[in-house]
Amino acid sequence: MRSLHSHRFRNPLYIQKVFFALLLLATSITVQAQPAVEMADQFRADGKIRVVVGVIVIIFAGLLVYMIRLDRKVKKLEEDQNPS
Amino acid sequence: MNISWWKLGTAVLIIYTLVAGLMGTVPRLVVLNETIRNLYYHVGMWFSMLALWTGSLVFSIKYLSKPDLISDLKAHKAASIGFYMGILGLLTGMLWAQFTWGRFWTNDPKLNGTAISLLAYLAYFVLRGSMEDPMTRARISAVYNIFAFVLMIVFIQVLPRLTDSLHPGNGGNPAFGEYDLDRQMRLVFYPAMIAWIGMGYWIWDIRCRIEKLKISTSS
Repeated sequence: MRSLHSHRFRNPLYIQKVFFALLLLATSITVQAQPAVEMADQFRADGKIRVVVGVIVIIFAGLLVYMIRLDRKVKKLEEDQNPS
Repeated sequence: MNISWWKLGTAVLIIYTLVAGLMGTVPRLVVLNETIRNLYYHVGMWFSMLALWTGSLVFSIKYLSKPDLISDLKAHKAASIGFYMGILGLLTGMLWAQFTWGRFWTNDPKLNGTAISLLAYLAYFVLRGSMEDPMTRARISAVYNIFAFVLMIVFIQVLPRLTDSLHPGNGGNPAFGEYDLDRQMRLVFYPAMIAWIGMGYWIWDIRCRIEKLKISTSS
C-alpha cells in the first residue's frame, strides 16, 4: 500500500502524464484495430460485389414475380368458384 | 395491380434486404468479419417462424372459443410453414456456426432449445395425423398448440437468457443492444425482419386459400 501513497501519485503532473500516455495507447489500439479485421475491402473496391448483388436480385425478383403470379392464379380460381 | 399492398411491400423489402444487406457498411468484427451480414437473413428466419407460430396460436385460441374448421386449417398451415422457416433458420445457423464457432452444432442453450421446440411442433403434426375425426383433431391439436407455443417461448426466449449462450442477447443481456447492432445495421435489420415475416405470411396466405379451394371443390 505504500506505493499508492508515494509522492508520484500525488503529483498532478505525473497523473497527467500517465493519463495522456494511456490515451495515446488507447487511440493507437483503436486505429490499429480497424485494418486488422479482415473484410472484403478489395472485392468491394473492385466493384465485384455489384455482380453478386445483381445475380441475387435477378433471381429473387424472378421468384417474387412468380409469387405474385401464383397469388393471382389462386385469386382467379376463387373468383371462378364464388362469382359475386 | 391485382395484389395486396402488403405483398408488394414484402417484395420491395426483400429486394432492399438483399441489396442493402450485402452492400451496406457493417462493423469490422473479429472472427465474424463479413459474416455479420448473416444477421439479416438467418435471424429473419426465426422472426418469420415466431410470427407464423404466433399466428398459429391465435387461430388455435380462436378455434377453442368458436369452433370453426377454417380456424383449424389456418392454425395448422401457420404451424407447418413456421416449422419450415425454423428448419431454414437451423440450417443457416449451422452453416454460420461452423465458420465462427468451429462446429456445426454446439451445446449452446439456444440451439438445443430450438431443437426441442421444433420437435414439439413435429409432435403437433404427428398428433394431428393420428386422428380421423376433424372436430376432435381440431380441438385436441388446438389445445396442444398452446402448450407447444409456451414450451417454445420458454426454450427459445427464456432459458437461453438465464444461462450463458454464444448467441448475442443471451446470458442476461437484452437482445440487439447497442453493442450487438450499430445504427447502420439497424437500418437494414428491421426492414429485413419485416420482409421475412411478410414472406412467411404470404406463403401462409396462399396455402390456406388453396386448402379452402380444395374443401369447396370436394363438397
